[in-house]
Amino acid sequence: MAESGVPLVEMRDISVSFGGIHAVERASINVYAGEVMALVGGNGAGKSTLMKVLSGAQKRDSGEVFIDGKPVVINNPRDAKNLGIETIYQTLALADNIDAASNMFLGRELLTAIGTLDDVAMEAATRKVMGRLNPAFVRFKNPVVTLSGGQRQSVAIARAIHFNARILIMDEPTAALGPLEAKQVRDLIRQLKKEGIGIFLISHEIHDVFDLSDRITVMKTGRIVGTVRPSEVTQDEVLAMIISGTLPKAARDASHPAQTAAAGAT
Amino acid sequence: MAAEATGAAPAPAQLPRVGVVRGFLAATEVDVRLLGMLIALAVTWFGFDIASGGLFLSPRNLWNLSVQTATIAIMANGMVLIIVSRNIDLSIGSVLGFIGMIMGVLQAEILPYLADGPVPFTWLIAIVVGLALGVVIGGVHGFVISYLQVPSFIVTLAGLLVWRGAAYLVTTGRTVAPMDPTYQLFGGGADGNIGATASWVVGVVACIGIVATILSSRRQRRRFNFPLRPIWAEVVLSVVGCATVIGAIAVLNTYYMPINLARAYAEAHNIPWPENDVLNISFGISIPVLIALVVALSMSFIAKRTRFGRYVFAIGGNPEAAILGGINVRWVIMQTFIVMGVLCAIAAVVATARLNASTNGLGTSNELYTIAAVVIGGTSFAGGIGTISGAMLGALVMQSLQSGMQLLGIDTPLQNVIIGIVLVVAVGIDTFYRRKTA
Repeated sequence: MAESGVPLVEMRDISVSFGGIHAVERASINVYAGEVMALVGGNGAGKSTLMKVLSGAQKRDSGEVFIDGKPVVINNPRDAKNLGIETIYQTLALADNIDAASNMFLGRELLTAIGTLDDVAMEAATRKVMGRLNPAFVRFKNPVVTLSGGQRQSVAIARAIHFNARILIMDEPTAALGPLEAKQVRDLIRQLKKEGIGIFLISHEIHDVFDLSDRITVMKTGRIVGTVRPSEVTQDEVLAMIISGTLPKAARDASHPAQTAAAGAT
Repeated sequence: MAAEATGAAPAPAQLPRVGVVRGFLAATEVDVRLLGMLIALAVTWFGFDIASGGLFLSPRNLWNLSVQTATIAIMANGMVLIIVSRNIDLSIGSVLGFIGMIMGVLQAEILPYLADGPVPFTWLIAIVVGLALGVVIGGVHGFVISYLQVPSFIVTLAGLLVWRGAAYLVTTGRTVAPMDPTYQLFGGGADGNIGATASWVVGVVACIGIVATILSSRRQRRRFNFPLRPIWAEVVLSVVGCATVIGAIAVLNTYYMPINLARAYAEAHNIPWPENDVLNISFGISIPVLIALVVALSMSFIAKRTRFGRYVFAIGGNPEAAILGGINVRWVIMQTFIVMGVLCAIAAVVATARLNASTNGLGTSNELYTIAAVVIGGTSFAGGIGTISGAMLGALVMQSLQSGMQLLGIDTPLQNVIIGIVLVVAVGIDTFYRRKTA
């Protein structure tokens, strides 16, 4: 766990409002390489909106984003991907009428020398990636709408990991999956952690949160309630943070672990 | 799997007739909807042929049919992309009329008086101006729809009114004629055909293309260990495809010039006039039909093999996914309307050349027939689904209905009633089929 030095991603004082509603209010969150930061909260807490600022799908009203300590500008999903940020959206963001390979490369198609779509190369690459994730998958040419929920999830995950992401945002990755597929996703997350990827995990599965994450940030009505380590709190204490915003008594503030450590360990 | 091991022998395989048909379809991988449309077309043609006492399937009538289909077929290509990306264009008939009017006025009233003699390449100047106008008009529609976010239904409904009014205002309703002699060739007619030899060449090239496509698709599948179609299926498809092409060319080549035209042709080409007064000179493929085929091939290529085409379909399937993928959705949508504008201009060239005049009413109701053709051809209003080849077939079905009813002397109002009913039935069957197989 590399919680020393500079965080891989840092979002500082991010605010987003729609009309008069403050969806996100001065929220700060970070993640280090090889770490999973869980982001939890009730419906409408602002978790997805905050992550959409990072993935380029949402414009922020104020605040800054840093990658490896350097300030970056993310105005659209393309900017985010160029910075190595990949996202698996809750809705999967797949185009139902085209096949798996086309979805994998949507927006970043491989082209032949004369500028036409290189479907051959894209299909070969898709087979390779899907082979790692879901070896039983064979329906490469069928429109994605004909696939099962788990297969669609595999395509969305394949798309996120194929392009050498350094930062992964996973929004409810196991929500639509059966137990076996959910286990595969959990194993994948552990594998990606080992490869040094920083992962933001939005999940309402409190078991997954405690099982997989290194730190947990709780949001309520657009504001950050606090950041804690799963090893220092109970599930009930986290639930209390989510529901009523009360901080657990004994846990250390884990929002800036490097600074906390530097400030003098106990 | 354990249950199978308990040893009961499997029941002998039944092969009902339905199973054989389904097996054939599965092996050749022919789209059932496409097959359904071909059957409907065949039924229509044979039905009209019987009802008209053999007139419908004559070379002359089928040749005329091909030319009449051209304008709608050309515009249907653009309409497919627009409907697939969840928009609509109601203005195309009026845009055709307006662009036709401008090109007509240029050729009949402006260019002849600009210089002391005929301006060289008058036809080319008129066509270039028409195409440029198509880009501008399509661009305006696309900009308001895409960047100002006004719904396409409203913008193109306004366009329908605006451009029809503008077409009238160009000459305050006066019909303009004639067109430049070279320009007239684009409308077909007596001279606007490529003749027998060239038609055969086109036919042979098309057959080579069909076989090459089947071979290349087979090679592709082998490369990825994809299940191959059985050889007999590939052969059947190749044979049927080529036979259709050769048959169509043969029919078009059997339409001979009437005697006066033949005489004029013989004189112009120094062919000695035979004693028995019978000189069979084939019309061959008409130029408007050739234009429509070239447009269809190009648009099919664009739809399937370019990023632009892929993005149009992705936007139709899931606009949110397209945005999150980093696609510039607004620009893609604007481009679909620009393409539509250009195709309206091409159709306007064909229509005014054929009429050898520009009238302010030209193109009226074309948008409705084009949308009907596209929808009959399998494009869905929900977006994301549609093919160019389906739209071409749809245009042919629509025009066959109209021509056939005209041949039988059915009044126009009754024709409209029947076409409307056919449209609903065709889409109803398609919807029902889609729901059953979903």
